[in-house]
This record gives sequence, C-alpha cells and structure tokens, in this order.
Amino acid sequence: MSEAIHTEGNGFHTEDMTLNVGPQHPSTHGVLRFVVKTDGEVIREAIPDVGYLHRSIEKIGEKVTWHGYVPYTDRADYLAAMFANQGFCMAAEKLGGIEVTRRGEFCRVIACELNRIASHLIAVGTFAQDIGAVTPFLHALRERESINDLMEMICGARLTYNYLRIGGVGYDITPETCDRITAFLDHFEPITDEYDRLLSFNKIYVERLANVAVITKEEAFQYNIVGPNLRACGVKWDIRRDIPYSVYPELEFEVPVGTGERGTLGDCYDRYIVRIHEIRESCKITRQALKMLPKGPAIAKVPRKFKPPAGEVYVRVEAPRGDMGYYVVSDGSEYPYRVRIRTGSFTAMGIIDKLSRGLMVADLIALIASLDVDAPEIDR
Amino acid sequence: MEAKEIYARLERRFPGKVSGFRGEVSDPCLQVDGAAIVEVCRYLRDDPELDFHVLSDVTGLDLPKDNKLQVVYHLYSYSKRHQIVLKVDLPRETAHVSTVEGVWKAANWLEREVFDLFGVVFDGHSDLRRILLPEDWVGHPLRKDYVEQEEYDGISTQRAPLVEKLLR
Amino acid sequence: MQQFIDQLIQNGYFAGAPKQLVYAGAMILAALVVLSVFVAPLAGVTSWLERRVWARMQSRVGPNRVGPQGILQWLADGIKNLLKEDIIPTSADKFLFSLAPYVVFVGFLSAFVVIPFGGELIVADLNIGILYLLAVTSVVVVGILMAGWSSNNKWSLLGGMRSAAQIVSYEIPAGLAVLTIVFVAGTLSTQGIINGQGWAPWDWFLFYNPFTFVAFFLYFTAALAEGNRTPFDIPEAESELVAGYVTEYSGMRFLFFFFAEWGNLYVIGSVATILFLGGWHIPAIPAIADQPILKGALQFLVFFVKAYFWVFVAMWVRATLPRVRVDQLMSLCWKYMVPLSFACVVGTAAWMLIWPQGNRPVSMLMFVVGLVILGFFFKRVGYQIRHARPVLYLKPYI
Repeated sequence: MSEAIHTEGNGFHTEDMTLNVGPQHPSTHGVLRFVVKTDGEVIREAIPDVGYLHRSIEKIGEKVTWHGYVPYTDRADYLAAMFANQGFCMAAEKLGGIEVTRRGEFCRVIACELNRIASHLIAVGTFAQDIGAVTPFLHALRERESINDLMEMICGARLTYNYLRIGGVGYDITPETCDRITAFLDHFEPITDEYDRLLSFNKIYVERLANVAVITKEEAFQYNIVGPNLRACGVKWDIRRDIPYSVYPELEFEVPVGTGERGTLGDCYDRYIVRIHEIRESCKITRQALKMLPKGPAIAKVPRKFKPPAGEVYVRVEAPRGDMGYYVVSDGSEYPYRVRIRTGSFTAMGIIDKLSRGLMVADLIALIASLDVDAPEIDR
Repeated sequence: MEAKEIYARLERRFPGKVSGFRGEVSDPCLQVDGAAIVEVCRYLRDDPELDFHVLSDVTGLDLPKDNKLQVVYHLYSYSKRHQIVLKVDLPRETAHVSTVEGVWKAANWLEREVFDLFGVVFDGHSDLRRILLPEDWVGHPLRKDYVEQEEYDGISTQRAPLVEKLLR
Repeated sequence: MQQFIDQLIQNGYFAGAPKQLVYAGAMILAALVVLSVFVAPLAGVTSWLERRVWARMQSRVGPNRVGPQGILQWLADGIKNLLKEDIIPTSADKFLFSLAPYVVFVGFLSAFVVIPFGGELIVADLNIGILYLLAVTSVVVVGILMAGWSSNNKWSLLGGMRSAAQIVSYEIPAGLAVLTIVFVAGTLSTQGIINGQGWAPWDWFLFYNPFTFVAFFLYFTAALAEGNRTPFDIPEAESELVAGYVTEYSGMRFLFFFFAEWGNLYVIGSVATILFLGGWHIPAIPAIADQPILKGALQFLVFFVKAYFWVFVAMWVRATLPRVRVDQLMSLCWKYMVPLSFACVVGTAAWMLIWPQGNRPVSMLMFVVGLVILGFFFKRVGYQIRHARPVLYLKPYI
C-alpha cells in the first residue's frame, strides 16, 4: 500500500519524513531511540539506535571480585534482577564446582518466580498503556507493589535485590514471609482473570494487536528471538524445562505457547497472552516451591576469597525477557577474566527494523511494547 | 548429538580447518580457521542431523598473552538439543573475520557489538557501525590494554577518587 | 433575553443610546457572565472530577489537597499555568502559534450561546440553533490544525493532521444523527427541540422510535471522537505522538487547549440531553408553577444532572478503553457509522410518514427495553465491582 502513495509519475512529489522517536519519547521504555522514516503514518524503516544506557557492566566484571560482581549484575536488568544474579551465580558455581544447598535452590526459585511475575506485570501494564489504556497499567503496578513488599521481606531491597550469593542465597526465607507469599498468591491469582476481562477480551485491544507485526518461527530462529517472544511464535521452548537447571525438573508447570487465537500465530496479541499465561504458571511454581521448601542451610560454604579454577562456561537462565546467557571465563584468579551477558532484549531489538516496514506509527509502538525490550538489558 | 561426534563430522567435512577440540569442559568447544567460518557455520546450520538453526551468542575474548583475539560463537539447536562453541583466533592488530550474517540474521547486531567493544572487523557485514558507544568514541573498551580517553566531546572522563573528594 | 432588554429600553433605561449598541453591550455582558460564572469553573471542576474519577477507577487517590476533597485543584493549576513562562519555539510560526489556542477556545465557547440552562435561561434561542452549534464546534479543528502546523514539530503536525481527518469524518455521522431529531422535532432551535419532548422518559426523542435510539449512540460515539476523547484520542495519543498538537505549548496556552477539551465534554453531554433526553423538562408540579426562580433552578438542575451523567460516562470510557488505530478509526466511521446514520435518517423519515404523530405504545415498549438493558448493565457492573480484588496491604511487616 505504501508504494501507491509515491505518485511522482503524476507530477506530485512526496518526501519521506524522518521522525526521531526517543530517547525521551514516552513509550520507549527506558532510553531507546529509533530513527523512523515515514510516509505519512506508514513506516518505511525504523532504525534502532541503542547505547544510551551503556554502563559497561561487562568491563566492570573484569575489575571486581567474584563475590563483588553479584550486585553489579542486578543493574544488567533491573526489572528482573533476580535472574541476572542467578545467571552469574550459576556460572561461578559451575566454574568453582560448588553445590548449592537444597534450601538455597528453593529460595532462589521462589524469589525468581515472584520476580518473573513482577516483570511480566510491568510488561503487560506498559503494553496496555502504550495501546492507550492507562487503568490496566496502574492495576498491574498495584500488584507489583505487593511483590516489592514481599521482596523487601525476603531480601530488604525492592528493585536491585542482590539476593543471590555464589553458593545459595543471602538471607533465608522465614516462615512468616512464606505465609505472606501464600496470602499474596491467594489474592493475586484471581486478578489475572480481571486483566483478562479488562484487556485480553477487549475488542479494541484485540483489534489493535491481532495480525500486527507477525514473527514466524523461522524468523524467530534467524534473529534469535528468545523467551516469551519465541513461545508466542508457537515454539514450545523453555529453558527451565528443556535445559533444566536449579530444581525446576522437580516442579510441575506448563509452557504456554502462542496459538494465534485472535489472529496470526506470532502476532502482538500472542506475545501479550503468553505473558499472561506465564504469570499464572509462575504462581503455580511458587506455590509448589513453598510447599516443598526443605529444611537446611540456605547457603553453601564458599571461601571468601573465591578463586575458581581456570576455564570457561556458558550458562543459560530463563529470564522474563528470555534466554539470559552468561559466558564467564576464569583464569584462576580472584577476578573474572571475562564476563559476557547475553540478553534477550538485545537480539529482539535486531528484528524491529525488519518487522516495522509497512507498519503504522501506532503499530511500531505496539511492536516495541510487545517484544518487551528493556533498555538496561539491551545496553548493559 | 555428542560434541565429539559433531567434531568428527566437521573434521571429515573440513579437513585442516577445525582443530583444538576440548570435550572435557562443560561447554565443548573447537577452533575454527577464520577463513572457513562461514562455510562451517552454513554446514552446521544446513545439515539436517546437526540443525544448528540458532546462533545464541557471538562475543569476543582478548588474550594479550598469546597476542590474539578470540571470537566465540555459541550455537544451539532447539530440535536436536545440542550445542557447540566455535572459536576463531585472530591477530590482535589486524582482527578480520568474515561475517556470518548470511547464515544467521542475529549475527548482525551481535557482531556489531563485538566490533564496537573489541575492534574485530567483520568483512562483508552490511552495517558495521558502533552500536553501544558513540560513533566518535576512540578505542575498544573490552580489550585488556584499553585506556579510557581523557576527554570526550570536551567533557573530562577523569574522576577524582572518592576518598580524595571527601577529604577535600 | 431580548424581551428583557426591550423591556428595559421601554422603561427608559439607556435613553439616547442606539438600540443595536445596547444589544451588543448586553451580549458581551452575557458572554462575560457565562464565561466567568459558568464555563471556567465548569471546565475546571470537570478537570478535577475527571482526575478523581480516574484515580478511583485506577485504585489511586487523585488530587485531594487543595480545598475540600481537592475541588479547588483546578484553580491552583490555573494559577500555576498563568505564572509559567510562555515559550514560543524560535522556528514556529509565531502569529499562528499564538492564535491557535484562542481559535480552539472560541470554537468551544461559542457553543454555549445556544445551550440552554433552563426553560428561560439561554443566551440566544437562535432559530438555527443546532446548525449553529455544529458549525462553531467545527472551528475547533481549524485551531488544532493551526496549532499542529505552526509548531514546526513533526509530532504536532501528525497530531494536527490526524485531528483534522478525524473531526471532519465524524462530523458526518454526528450531523446525520442530529438530522434525525430535527426531522422529528421539525425545528432547528434548541429550545424548540426540547419543547417537543416531555419530562417523562417515554416522551424523550431517545425512545421516539428505534432509529432515534440508534442515532443517540451514533451521536455520542461521534461526539467523543470530535472531542478527541479516548478511545478516539489519537491526535494527542501520548504514547505515540508525545502530546500531538500540544507538544510545543506551555503555560496558559497549553491550558487553553485542555480548558476547551474539558469544557467540550459538557457541550457533548448537554447536546445529547437537548436532542435525546428531554432537556430541562420537569414534571408539572402545581406548587412551584408560580415560582419562576425555583422552577428555573429545578430545570437547571435536571438539565445539568442529565448532561453531567454523560460527562461521567465519557470519563468512564476513557478509563476503560484502549485507543484505536488511525485506520481503524476511519473505517469505523466510513464503513459502519455513516451508513448506519443514513439508515437512521431514512428510517425516521419513513416512520414519520406512517405515524406522523409518533407511536406512543412503541415509545413505551422501547422505554421498557431500555430499562431492561440498563438494569442488566448495572447488574453486571455491580457484579464486577463486588468481585474486584481490593488492594492488598503487606507492608506492616517491616
């Protein structure tokens, strides 16, 4: 349709308009920037420009000790800091041959799944806000606030948790906290139905998302789309299930995939609904983990001067924004030789240029929101 | 498929181009000759029994002691559930390697990042620009001998140590 | 009002002054009174109410500091905006940029000329009242387009163009919905249309026949779109166009746009009340028949409550619905609303041919049907409210 507008042959000449979306645009979460060439409302190309939030976390990793790096990983993705912690800790444990205590693993699972719910709530809420519905955003943040309170009970921090340690977790989860988490889950699980009523079955919302910016399975593999975005393309792939780590093999949960129920498989709506389903699954996992929480120490004995033997390891964690990979190289010293953080948002940004061609300006916003890209995670 | 088998297949297919297999570590890796990386990658992707259709990660590793830069490719196959790590050794001064963008589109951004932070030039890359750092930044920060420039766009990058600041 | 001034002139006031001059003076005085006594506080209070209603729906508190329950918040905001620096971008078209807010404001304010506040209270009962109303509210789009173009900002331009396309398109279903009522009432005068109805719901034009019933919803939807309200707020879609045509505005000029928007809500509600909901009609109570002031006050109250109910509905809609995309907006208008409104016009014409005096049993039946629909709706809303989860307070642990 966009070709028809360029009618130079008829004596009319139209020029493309270059729009600068971001870095202060209201719906580029964090500080993203797109240089968009549009023909009226239709986008010809949208070139992402990232790096506004680059804090050289990888370089810092080479300068601090193994234990000292854990707080820095929080900042790699501050909406899901638990997973960034876990990725690094798992890599260090694998290098150092440290066995995490069983209670520590369960504490990790509980904290991580709560964090996943919080992160998905932000994703769903901001998604709704970008489509123009403000109420769901605030309802989502209201529940996230409760999770923040729980996190404060667990580890004393509300955003950058620094909860995990190499060998376990920093603080044990007390029985009172367990009760409160259960109370929260009792309260929260019916709320996902409320989101369904407010958003998922809303005619305007569905019309805005269905058949928009479809990612096929092949494209997803080519561009290395991971996590919920990959599952929305119909690929049943979850690292918790398929490359098991921690105690996830003992827990029962479903891997929700997109079905194209309102439009095409892999459209924005599928990416939205997969996250809603994942929230429910995370509630299920948390309940199980709370029930199975064993007795024992929460952290293994790890020397203060942790010096893993030389070697390298690549660890994958299923973060809310997909496969978070830690490639950690040790040279046997007190400091990591190299820490590489591979994030889902970074590769997801790469596909925006391709998908945005021919979309409208409003759809670009929906696309960015549906991929749930997160500036700190892209730039690190 | 076991990593050992993958290596054996590669050795049969590309004699002399692959070497240095290490199977005892947690993520088995092998060295690939820089000139052959695109063919090797294409073979790994297209062979139905290997089916490495996902490029998980491309990153760099600076080894000044051996005077080399390594480019590390992490490949994964969702269908066969196996992985392999490819490493390409490059000289530090003239680090050039062909791009695998034609094999996996994801390489576009990942290689740009390696170019930005390590200074590895990917020949044939469609859009080789700095990605995280500004266009006019000097140096490649993740190299071990990187020294931060004193000043960027007229802004000093030097910070007084915190203790000194507090004492003042 | 004219009679009142004529009476004054006859009684010997304004001796020597030309009659036209007295009229003009009276009009300006009336406009000032309407503006300062009614419109300004109305728009202000609407803004406060919208924020409060919105806040409650989103489980927040909302502004509650200035005055009781924060009702004077609008005054504080107004003073704040007056004191703010008025920035005009260097590359903007300065003349048009400064003029645009006033054009928007005039477009909205002129509507109050023909909107009655009661049986006797109206600035001017023009014989072309409703046509005049459609005409002056279209001036708003000129102002918005001016603002969008003169800002020299691409977001503003996109917002202005969107707004122009949207308002021009939605004028058609709105105009046709109004036309059905004009058919039934046989007059364009607002007071005339209200006089054609009665206090009882089955005398309202809303239940005159099935076509006017549909026309009401067509009108309300189109009016929301014309007023740039969610779900049709694409001209200032904050997640897409930053702030649309108001991106570059600041201070009082910025406020004028929102003044017009909030005031416009009342205009939408009152036009719906005039056309479909029986206006200011109150039952004929013998006790107050000879007390004109009390009667006027009651009429005003009835009219105001009816109009404000629709303002509230607009707020409710805004808090609930996402925004449509620009092409969906256009296809909704041209593919569904325009044909439907034409059907309403033709249907009403046919109805009037068959039953020139209207069909009272059908009106009664439709009123009952309407009540059932309303009852079902509120039952559902009540169910949702009862099953909504309250806020969970976990905090007292630490």
